[in-house]
Amino acid sequence: MLTSAFYFIAFVTIFFAIMVVVSKNPIHSVLYLVLTFFCISANYIFMLDATFVGMVNVIVYAGAIMVLFLYVLMMMNLDSIAEQKRSAMFKISAGVTGGLLLLLLVAALKDASLQVQQEAAIADQRIGSIKVLGFILYSKYQMPFEVASILFLVAMTGAVVLGKKDASDRSIGLEAIK
Amino acid sequence: MMPQIFQTVPIEHFVYLSAVLFVIGVVGVLTRSNAIIIFMSVELMLNSVNLLLVAFSAYHQDPAGQIFVFFIMAVAAAEVAVGLAIITMIYRNTHSVNINDMSRMKN
Repeated sequence: MLTSAFYFIAFVTIFFAIMVVVSKNPIHSVLYLVLTFFCISANYIFMLDATFVGMVNVIVYAGAIMVLFLYVLMMMNLDSIAEQKRSAMFKISAGVTGGLLLLLLVAALKDASLQVQQEAAIADQRIGSIKVLGFILYSKYQMPFEVASILFLVAMTGAVVLGKKDASDRSIGLEAIK
Repeated sequence: MMPQIFQTVPIEHFVYLSAVLFVIGVVGVLTRSNAIIIFMSVELMLNSVNLLLVAFSAYHQDPAGQIFVFFIMAVAAAEVAVGLAIITMIYRNTHSVNINDMSRMKN
């Protein structure tokens, strides 16, 4: 049951991911990417027992980040602008490059031995639970956690500075209103 | 206690799924000329790596892999905020998000 569910979800994920790339309309692309993220989250929650990561994936990726993408796309109204076509030669060479990369990855991973080295980990608790993850995040990985908050502050400031219109633009806008 | 799925599905199949998703992301970056879709393909690649981290974390019973997923998500969120701000500014100046038009930034 779980096995067939895994293969079903895997094929659906790959299908949606391909649709993200081949969709003509960017808004369809965004919606297919949301579905891909839901499938990946289902993998986390049901297959890998990583419930907290799965929930955060839905909230952060499928929720926040994709809404940002959708908002920017709607604001730009890109449907009216046809996407510039790339030549067939270019697409074929890109496909060949991707195929070769896949071949390389599979060939490199085929003979890799993935033996489990059972460490004295947290034996009695599920490692995907919020209790275990929170404990490790706030003890062993506290420094990276704090650095991530600085990263967010810098990114937020950068986005605000980039999005701010210049003083000259604003005066032009005011004249247009008058 | 390892998740039940590894009794029937080998870890290699998670690796192959992740590799396929990564390659789809790479092909998306190479073939599309819409800057926003290129961004979304990068997100796809980041997610494939996340999937691999969680799979190995569950396989080896080591929570560190799932902690790294949080940090990847943090970096992705910051990247999307700044990147979309840049794309919005380019669109405001050139009325296009086509990456072929961005070569005019050369001069």
